[in-house]
Amino acid sequence: MAESIKILTEHFHQEGIEKLDVYKKHGGYAGLEKALKTMSPEQVVEEVKTSGVRGRGGAGFPMGMKWGFLAKPEGVPRYLVCNGDESEPGTFKDHYLMMKCPHLLIEGMIISSFALGANTSFIYVRGELMYVINILEKAIAEAKAAGYLGKNILGTGFDLELVVQPGGGAYICGEETALLESLEGKRGNPRNKPPFPAVKGLYQCPTVVNNVESIATTPWIMLNGGEAYSKIGIGRSTGTKLISASGHVKNPGVYEIELGLPVEEFIYSDQYLGGIREGHDLKAVVAGGSSVPILPKHLILKTAAGEPRLMSYESLSEGGFASGTMLGSGGFIAMDETTCIVRNTWNFARFYRHESCGQCSPCREGTGWMEKVLYRLEHGKGNERDIDLLVDVAKKIEGNTICPLGDAAAWPVASAIRHFREEFEWHVRHPELAIAPGAVFNKETEAVLN
Amino acid sequence: MHNMTATVAFTPERLEKVKEIIGRYPEGKQKSALLPVLHLAQEQHGWVSSETMDYVAELLNIQPVEVYEVATFYTMFHLEPVGKHVIEYCRTGPCCTMGGEEVYAHLRERLGIETGETTADGKFTIKEVECLAACGWGPCFQIREKYYMHLTNQKVDEIIDELSK
Repeated sequence: MAESIKILTEHFHQEGIEKLDVYKKHGGYAGLEKALKTMSPEQVVEEVKTSGVRGRGGAGFPMGMKWGFLAKPEGVPRYLVCNGDESEPGTFKDHYLMMKCPHLLIEGMIISSFALGANTSFIYVRGELMYVINILEKAIAEAKAAGYLGKNILGTGFDLELVVQPGGGAYICGEETALLESLEGKRGNPRNKPPFPAVKGLYQCPTVVNNVESIATTPWIMLNGGEAYSKIGIGRSTGTKLISASGHVKNPGVYEIELGLPVEEFIYSDQYLGGIREGHDLKAVVAGGSSVPILPKHLILKTAAGEPRLMSYESLSEGGFASGTMLGSGGFIAMDETTCIVRNTWNFARFYRHESCGQCSPCREGTGWMEKVLYRLEHGKGNERDIDLLVDVAKKIEGNTICPLGDAAAWPVASAIRHFREEFEWHVRHPELAIAPGAVFNKETEAVLN
Repeated sequence: MHNMTATVAFTPERLEKVKEIIGRYPEGKQKSALLPVLHLAQEQHGWVSSETMDYVAELLNIQPVEVYEVATFYTMFHLEPVGKHVIEYCRTGPCCTMGGEEVYAHLRERLGIETGETTADGKFTIKEVECLAACGWGPCFQIREKYYMHLTNQKVDEIIDELSK
């Protein structure tokens, strides 16, 4: 693939890009000027629909369609809430975007609020990122002084106040209805749907919740058109995606890729991750944040049918959960042969146990049981039935909870057993070997198993 | 009750800030200010006592229980006194994959305390937290607003030396 197109990050390397004047010098706020001065809100919505851009928080739902669902009863305020709660392990792209280029998000928020008819909009940012909240608030003050926020923006008659809201340390608030509860000053317990936020959201008013990266695509779409955006990428995976890469790769970090990039190129090309650290080999990848199914090397590089796997919504999920995974939030975690899959799965299970809000019993109890059973397997105290017990518990959580946290907790456990069952069995049969510090199941230890 | 309030009251500057925060939300929706105001309280006192929660409830004109249930739900709020520097290290998958477990063991050994404890001189508290959204820059920990990334044993020593001065 040639030098890939940069829609979001093209100017991120510019010194001082967090400041309004520098951002403007590199084309900032031109998309907003065009939208507010020459387009109607309906036209903005149409362009976003045409672009095919899909929710970048993980769900991948078409953003324009989500906007189209917004109820517009007379005399009732509507809200736009940006989800910057980014807490899915492996994901740090929104952190990077907001910290590097706050005006890109702010410009996107103004365009999107204009499209939706919102006059007060919120950016909900996880509380740990207080330094990023300070960066955003400084940029908002600059934008306000320049007439991009407040009353009668650019003389168009459109008013907008932008509020940055800190979270308090709770993964669940990344779920949109939990986020709304939190924004109302409550515990982050997800709401039953329906009613959907588009009808009854913040303060029981029609609300759209969009991810940071999704909102940040709108300035480019305004300037270049939805059709131009839809021509980037592959099939229904239009545009570019921020991928945050971590783990045993040479160059971890945040990359903007054109959707459709082969996974193999992403991992091994010097333009991207530069391959696995010296002297080691790739073992497994979690491609879209901790909740998506883990895949062994052969299945992340190629589908079960032998086709090269691509970084796109469709290609990554090719083969369903039997042999595929999901693009999710773009949290790409690569693990080499020194990684113990049982330990990693226990770690993720502990995360979901800690983050379950406790509202639905399958999730509250199930995440606790999975963590306990994985703990004893990892610590050499497991038995043969534990592996099937885990599969059973995961199955009973999946689909039986108000929000997707239950699924998110079940999938990593179920997929780790699906693809690395012999590693779990090794822990049961040879606990004395498995609990040795740094011990990992591999070809040599496999010989012991057989 | 009144004396209690005096010890937990916000500084005049922070009280101004509270008013500004409440003004961000529609009329009657001042409860939305709860999380930002609890952060302000923790910034002033280092932790959030039940007296502080009562005071915040009064400020926002909501029931004390509405503050208790929120302060105990969100993990960023320290519900017991903590040391001057609270080191919150990320224990989640990617940070551990990138060598976190050894670095954090070194941190505990260096300070001579376990996770959840405070050093005898009251300078440091160690807490374990879940993913801080800095996975590719891990292992990492946070002290107040500041992120410390790409941690190694040596870097941990340097940070502790600096903060011990």
